[in-house]
Amino acid sequence: MAHAGTAHLETSTGIDNKKLLMWLFLASDCLFFGSFIAAYLLYRDRSLVGPYPEDLFDIPFTSVSAFVLLMSSVSMVLALAAIQRGNVRHMQIWLFTTAILGALFIAGQVYEFTEFHHEGLSLSTNLFGTTFFVLTGFHGAHVTIGILILLSLFVVSLRGGIQQKDSQTIELAGLYWHFVDIVWIVIFTLIYLIQP
Amino acid sequence: MSSIAVPRRSPLAQALKGARHAAENRNSILGWLGTVDHKRIGILYGISSFIFFLAGGIEALLLRTQLARPDGNVLDPDQFNRLFTMHGTTMVFLVVMPMSSAFFNLLVPLMIGARDVAFPRLNAFSYWTFLAGAIFLNASFFTGDIFSGVLGAPDGGWFGYAPLNLRQYTPGHGMDFWMLGIQMLGIASLAGGFNFIVTILNMRAPGMTLFRMPVFVWMTLVTSFLIIFAMPVIAVALFELSFDRLFGANFFNAAAGGNPLLWQHMFWLFGHPEVYILILPAFGIISEILPTFARKPLFGYPFVVFSGIAIGFMSWGVWVHHMYTTGLGTIANSAFGISTILIAVPTGVKVFNWMGTLWGGSIRVRAPLMFAVGTVAMFTIGGLSGVTHSMVTSDYQQQDTYYVVAHFHYVLFGGAIFGLFGGIYYWFPKFTGRYLNETMGHVHFWLMFIGFNLTFFPMHISGLLGMPRRIYTYSGDMGWDMWNLISTIGAFTIAASVALFIVNFMISVRRGKEAGADPWDGRTLEWTIPSPPPEYNFAEIPTVHSLDDFWHQKYREDETGRVVPVLAGGAVETETEHHEEGGHGIHMPSPSFMPLIASLGFPFVATGLMYDYALVPVGFALILIGFYGWAMEPATEEE
Repeated sequence: MAHAGTAHLETSTGIDNKKLLMWLFLASDCLFFGSFIAAYLLYRDRSLVGPYPEDLFDIPFTSVSAFVLLMSSVSMVLALAAIQRGNVRHMQIWLFTTAILGALFIAGQVYEFTEFHHEGLSLSTNLFGTTFFVLTGFHGAHVTIGILILLSLFVVSLRGGIQQKDSQTIELAGLYWHFVDIVWIVIFTLIYLIQP
Repeated sequence: MSSIAVPRRSPLAQALKGARHAAENRNSILGWLGTVDHKRIGILYGISSFIFFLAGGIEALLLRTQLARPDGNVLDPDQFNRLFTMHGTTMVFLVVMPMSSAFFNLLVPLMIGARDVAFPRLNAFSYWTFLAGAIFLNASFFTGDIFSGVLGAPDGGWFGYAPLNLRQYTPGHGMDFWMLGIQMLGIASLAGGFNFIVTILNMRAPGMTLFRMPVFVWMTLVTSFLIIFAMPVIAVALFELSFDRLFGANFFNAAAGGNPLLWQHMFWLFGHPEVYILILPAFGIISEILPTFARKPLFGYPFVVFSGIAIGFMSWGVWVHHMYTTGLGTIANSAFGISTILIAVPTGVKVFNWMGTLWGGSIRVRAPLMFAVGTVAMFTIGGLSGVTHSMVTSDYQQQDTYYVVAHFHYVLFGGAIFGLFGGIYYWFPKFTGRYLNETMGHVHFWLMFIGFNLTFFPMHISGLLGMPRRIYTYSGDMGWDMWNLISTIGAFTIAASVALFIVNFMISVRRGKEAGADPWDGRTLEWTIPSPPPEYNFAEIPTVHSLDDFWHQKYREDETGRVVPVLAGGAVETETEHHEEGGHGIHMPSPSFMPLIASLGFPFVATGLMYDYALVPVGFALILIGFYGWAMEPATEEE
């Protein structure tokens, strides 16, 4: 193997540094959400006092907000497709749409949290309250950060800062956004839909 | 975050630009605060972690003084609890991890032939966040009434077991400082982990394939993967604890049905990979030192690399051996017993490879080699005692005794700290242009080696005699007196050796014997460039043709298989090339203060959570300003 040819040998993954960084971050974040979800599942049905999930969950309502979040992934894809074609105007429209849909989801979560609180569930009521609020709260925080990123990109693009050559920036924001969506699909399935 | 060019003409932007230009003066304070140069960040990491090594060492000396004689009264039980908690936390998170980071920073770009890491500003962010977390954690000491002997430091042990970590059992803010401080250190480690994976996977010089990388770079890669997957787990455990302590959640509250064992599972699911995060960098360091001083290639390079990778994977499947006595049942205990025995196999492979490297070499006994050999020997003892408590039945006897303390100090001091000191002696000439004094180095090694064994070997015996860990005193009729006295004498011997090292360092850094570019006749790329390396590292990016490429430039085998020098090969020629090129016109990233500003936000948030919520938004604002400034400023300021 000594003194083999060198020029053709791979010394890089071929993936852009920033994109690789984002993938690694998302891989790491899987363990983050995985741990919180594990704690939720461990404590499922272990609450000593109510209210219990079946008393509170409003599946139709949360289905709608989950649908809103899923649709935001579609608009995110359209934003990326637009800037890859060089269409800044359309990218701006779809970026803003994505942020609005994300904000709608967060509004739904805020409504849900206050509703649950009115019905007597707080962080310290029981294990359900503890695990539910912390898990979905951290997910909400991720979505909120995503909205901040999208709005920042939107403002930058209004000032002409994002052109076709910068499409990777939108792609990275999209990777993050889709990941947060996928996490919600897992949470929604495991925590809302599959009731023991 | 990508840097997006946005036209800026505001006075603030002008002032910032001015500060960045001022920071181009590398010797000014601003130059250090704004540095994004991996070598300077490495030096900052190294010096900070050494200062915390002294702090953790002083804590250990206080503990040993208390335990020197039965019925000691140097410390009261409360002080003892706080000091052993801070000793463990400091040595793990503020010494071994950041000192390993220092070596990653100093060496990885040089060894793979790169001009810097993939994300220089993220690298600075790692360092400042580490420093913020470290100072924050130690600030807890002063929240008590320190002058009347009341310490405010955490007192729940470095593992912070639930439910003892909850507010009703440790009132006061000690454990709050602990959980929030480690959270910050975790963020710092995560950022570093991402950075080094991208750097190693993407930034290698032409020809530097994965299996031509030095073993140290491989171990950095494995360690970085462990970091990015282990840190989120402890982050979640710490968040759960934070919600319990600060906002009345029930994660570990048995009264509400919570299960305190959840903490142990999460802590050790992080904690066992963490053990390898601590030791693999030292393995990498000695894998560079041994071949250089045996003047032979590393024996079985692919085996050493694959063992390192195997250890990385297997480290995820052994955590329950910390929890045998918690009553998980025979099946779980047996399964984890077997996996724990198995993980000793790749580790053993490495030990044999190191011995094979030395075997038949023309060995030069210099200080770096002595520390490297010390690492192999001491780690082997620690590894073997580790195998003894992979046996469940035997572990039931050893659990929470000094035998365990002996074991992990052999691994983490005998292994990691000896290896790191070896690395300091080995690469000191590269970064200062001078040797550390060799005679003092030898004395340092023997003093430390003897002191180390005096301290920790008797702990095997006191442990088997039944002395529990974490007791603040013991009575004179237990048969433990002599072993404890010897341990204390040993501890002060180690302290003397460290003092000698400091003297050596201070003298050598100014007046040490001058070292050239390649003082040890090295094998890896960092020895091809001048000592200390220029800011841009390589005037011309090297092309690599084989493993140990630099060695093959200097030596070849003649017909009889003897190693003979290549005429006109090696460092001399490379060095003159550098002088001619001079490195003009190589643009390095500009200094940046944004990482520092963002890092400063964390202690504000953490302090606010404990004392006054008004500080929390201030902290978040700083973080946001830092990140936005970071995204908006160009990586390189135009002239």
